[in-house]
Amino acid sequence: MTSVPVVKEILKANDSVAVENRQYFDRLGVHVFDVMASPGAGKTTVLLETLHRLEAGLRPGVIEGDLASSIDADTIAAQGVPVVQINTGGNCHLDAPMIRSALDHLDVESMDLLFIENVGNLICPSNYKLGHHEAVVVSSVSEGHDKAHKYPGIFAKSDVILVNKWDLAEVFEYDLDFFVQGVRMVNPDVPILPLSAKTGEGFAPWMEWLHARISKPVDAQPALSG
Amino acid sequence: MHELPATQGMLDVALEAAEAAGATSIQEIHLVIGSLTSIVDDSVQFYFDLLARGTLAEGAILVFHREAARLDCGSCGQTGEVVPPLPRSCPTCESLQLRVTGGDAFRVESLEVDDPDTVASGVETGHLDTRGEHAVQPSLQTEPS
Repeated sequence: MTSVPVVKEILKANDSVAVENRQYFDRLGVHVFDVMASPGAGKTTVLLETLHRLEAGLRPGVIEGDLASSIDADTIAAQGVPVVQINTGGNCHLDAPMIRSALDHLDVESMDLLFIENVGNLICPSNYKLGHHEAVVVSSVSEGHDKAHKYPGIFAKSDVILVNKWDLAEVFEYDLDFFVQGVRMVNPDVPILPLSAKTGEGFAPWMEWLHARISKPVDAQPALSG
Repeated sequence: MHELPATQGMLDVALEAAEAAGATSIQEIHLVIGSLTSIVDDSVQFYFDLLARGTLAEGAILVFHREAARLDCGSCGQTGEVVPPLPRSCPTCESLQLRVTGGDAFRVESLEVDDPDTVASGVETGHLDTRGEHAVQPSLQTEPS
C-alpha cells in the first residue's frame, strides 16, 4: 500500500459554491443573513416582525428552507415580500448549491438585504456555508436555557443570537445568565439579544444591529469565514 | 441524516485524491472529525458502505481520528479536552470563565491505496509482509463508537 496525504476539507465542494454565492451577493450589493434555529423557535415570526420594522426604502427578500410545504413562504409572500421556497425533501439543512438554484427565482438585483430561513435544526445547518454575510441564531425561551451547552457548534458560528419568546421568560424560569455563560464559552463577543416577536419587546436593539450591518458597504466585510 | 451528504463529500474527496495518485483501489481512508461537528462515526460508515459500491473505495476501511474541543479556564488555568454537553463551570475551580475552542475539524487526512507499482513490487520483492502489518493497523485505530 501507498500512503497518499490528502488533508482536504470534506465540505469543500459546498464551500466553493458558497464563495461564489457570496461574490454574487457582493457584486449586487445585497447583504445576506442566514437565520438558523430549532423547529418552533419562532424564526418565521421573528422574520415577519423584522420585515415590518425595516427602515422605509430598504428592499428585502426571503429564501425559505423547509423539509416540505410552503406554509412559511406563503406567510411571507402575503406581506408583499419577494420569497422563494426551497423544499429540501427531507434534507435537514440548506446547502450552497440549493441557494444558488433558488437565486434563479429571485430578483436579487433589486434587493438590499436577503434573509435565508434555514431548516429548523440546531445541528446540521451550522456545518454548511451558504455564502451569507451574517449568521443569525434564534433560540427561544421555551426550548430551555441549556441549548448552548448542548449544541455549542451552532452558537460558536453565530454573529448574533436572538432569545425569542422573552415574554415567557418568567413562566419558563428561563436563566439568561446560564444561557449567556454557555454561549460565551464558544463565542465570547457575540451580541445576545432577548426579544419577543409577539409583543415586540426587545426589537429595538436587534433592528439597530441589523440596520448597522446593512449600512456597511458589503465589500468591506471580511471574507467568508467560520 | 446529515451524514449522508457529508459522507458523499468525503467519498468525493477521497476518490479525487486516489485518482490523482493513480491508485487502483483505496484500502483505508483516514478522517479527522471534531467533537463539535455532531458527525456520528457509525452513521458515516453506514452511508459509506452504500455510496462506495462500485467505486475505487469499495470495501475501504474508515479510520476515524477524533479531534476533541479544548476547554481552557481563564481563572485557574486548567486545560483539557471537552465534548458536549459543555460543563456548567470549571471542573477544578468552578469558575464560569471558560473558553472552548477547536473541535470543528472535518477532513480527509490521508489514504492508503494500492497502485499498479506497489502491487507489482510487493509481489516481486516479497513486501507482502509489510502490507500485512498495515492491514492490522486499522482495527487498532478505529474507535468503534
